[in-house]
Amino acid sequence: MQISSRSVKTWSVIGARPTYGLAVMELAKHREDLMVVTGDVSSSAGLDRFRKTYPEKFVDVGIAEQNMIGVAAGLADNGYNVFTVTFAPFQVLRCLDQIKVDLAYSNIKVTMTGLASGLINGPLGNTHCCIEDVGALRSIPNLTIVSPADGVGIVKAVFASAESDQPIYIRLSGGSNNPIVYHDDIDFQIGKAIEIETGNDLTIFATGTMVFYSLQAAKILAQKGISASVWDMHTIKPIDETALRKAADKNKLIVTVEEHNVFGGLSSAVAEYLSSYKSDSSQLSIGINDFFPKPGDYPFMLKQCGLTPEQIAQNILSSLG
Amino acid sequence: MNDTLSKKIEATALEVRRKCLDIAFGMSPKATHFGGALSTVDILATLYFEVMNYDVSNPTWENRDRFFLSKGHSVMGYYATLAKAGFITDEELFTYGQNETFLPGHPVINKEKGIESTNGSLGMGLSVGIGNAIAAKRKNLTFRSYVLMGDGECNEGSVWEAAMAAPHFKLDNLTAIIDRNRFQQTGTGADIMDIGDLREKFSSFGWHALEINGHNVTDILKALNEDSRGKPKAIVAQTIKGKGFSFSEGNNAWHHAVLTKKLYSLGLTECGGDPNADK
Repeated sequence: MQISSRSVKTWSVIGARPTYGLAVMELAKHREDLMVVTGDVSSSAGLDRFRKTYPEKFVDVGIAEQNMIGVAAGLADNGYNVFTVTFAPFQVLRCLDQIKVDLAYSNIKVTMTGLASGLINGPLGNTHCCIEDVGALRSIPNLTIVSPADGVGIVKAVFASAESDQPIYIRLSGGSNNPIVYHDDIDFQIGKAIEIETGNDLTIFATGTMVFYSLQAAKILAQKGISASVWDMHTIKPIDETALRKAADKNKLIVTVEEHNVFGGLSSAVAEYLSSYKSDSSQLSIGINDFFPKPGDYPFMLKQCGLTPEQIAQNILSSLG
Repeated sequence: MNDTLSKKIEATALEVRRKCLDIAFGMSPKATHFGGALSTVDILATLYFEVMNYDVSNPTWENRDRFFLSKGHSVMGYYATLAKAGFITDEELFTYGQNETFLPGHPVINKEKGIESTNGSLGMGLSVGIGNAIAAKRKNLTFRSYVLMGDGECNEGSVWEAAMAAPHFKLDNLTAIIDRNRFQQTGTGADIMDIGDLREKFSSFGWHALEINGHNVTDILKALNEDSRGKPKAIVAQTIKGKGFSFSEGNNAWHHAVLTKKLYSLGLTECGGDPNADK
């Protein structure tokens, strides 16, 4: 899919979900075997044009996520490259047993897409926010978890997922006018983190929307004479152990930033690895501190959870003492 | 259908029951899911030895008929059937229950061995069958998908998500068979969760729904071959849990129980085997 300054800008303006829809639309041109299975969310996923253009590659099972995963497994088992799509809490939590049995345990390749994960659905309340998806999925073997940082990341993740042979979850976060992390094409490989900023004093591992916010936090820190490396951990499972070792060897402080509960997500994945890796580093976990936030718009939600660039920078400064 | 054909299927079903006895006794003194497996044997025998198209020497043949054991705990009858059909050897069959077996207490997908899906968590098989049936339609393949479910399993809400979807997609290439043995783990279905008239329920969801005696192979065959008039087919098979042996028929203690030497001998007599044969 062509990545130009114009497309990057468009993807930023329209946001994660419509960008995903465009990417899947483009994917259909390259993959005869593509099949999209949704739970009555085609418009929310930017897939209305896809549904009309490729009715033979589209199945809507209605509001029935458990059935959605089983149907997807049956289709995938007959050679289709299946993408399932619905809002993150329903894509993951409602059908977690089906994900475990029909996909992971059976090792049947389906790409699941969790729309509007994290806090973007703050006005709708915690039924529609999703701060648990990564934690729930990470404990299931045979699953890959991808959390792209922006429009370019989403497009790359969609195409990379289609090529993978393992069940995958793509976590989409943020809304429209999503900030741009990547202005050009990137080398996106599942399981390989991308070092965006190189610094000397600490390393930040961020995922999803928090990559941009961490880059901004790093700028604030730079004004105070502190230089931070910032990595895009677009793959949370398998975690990039090479990147973790590099950071632990280099810095005493490792920071994880995620729009997810600090339990179970990126923070846990990093801590689990580093706990058995000998180094002098310690970890600061920035995320949602295991509570259900009060409802509100996205900026309010981020602030409530300590996830604005200023709060991230301040949290890091406090940790540095 | 002629008598010869039903007699042939009945004889095969008896052989499958005999294999079940051997498996259960091989597992002794450990318990096995016996009752719910025995209620399915006549259905399995009719499907595998008369109705379904498959090729043991080419188990991944694209246009083979698919069978999904949604009530995964009744795996003993399933494995015994697959052994009889030639997908697994008797030697492999008796690894059931042993460490590192590929035949655990609930089936794990293994196409080479004829096992089409992983099951054990109840309420999932029908959805996978629907995925297969949609795939057949979209690929213009003529294979049929058969899903064997339990009546207790129909407590699961996911069954009804799938029940709603199959007629919506006009899946006349899908057959659900519900083993209506009227028992579930801790008692009768009527006591635990009364699901009422299953035929009527499937019919009201838009299925071509039938109710038959699930131990009469003539009835089973007729129901499986009946034209479903453009709809998915649901066959509510009235069965007896533990069918085939005097000690287990209708006795829910045999949902999960130990087959002793004495009962094994009795069972062999009842299915025409040699009661003095050792395992």
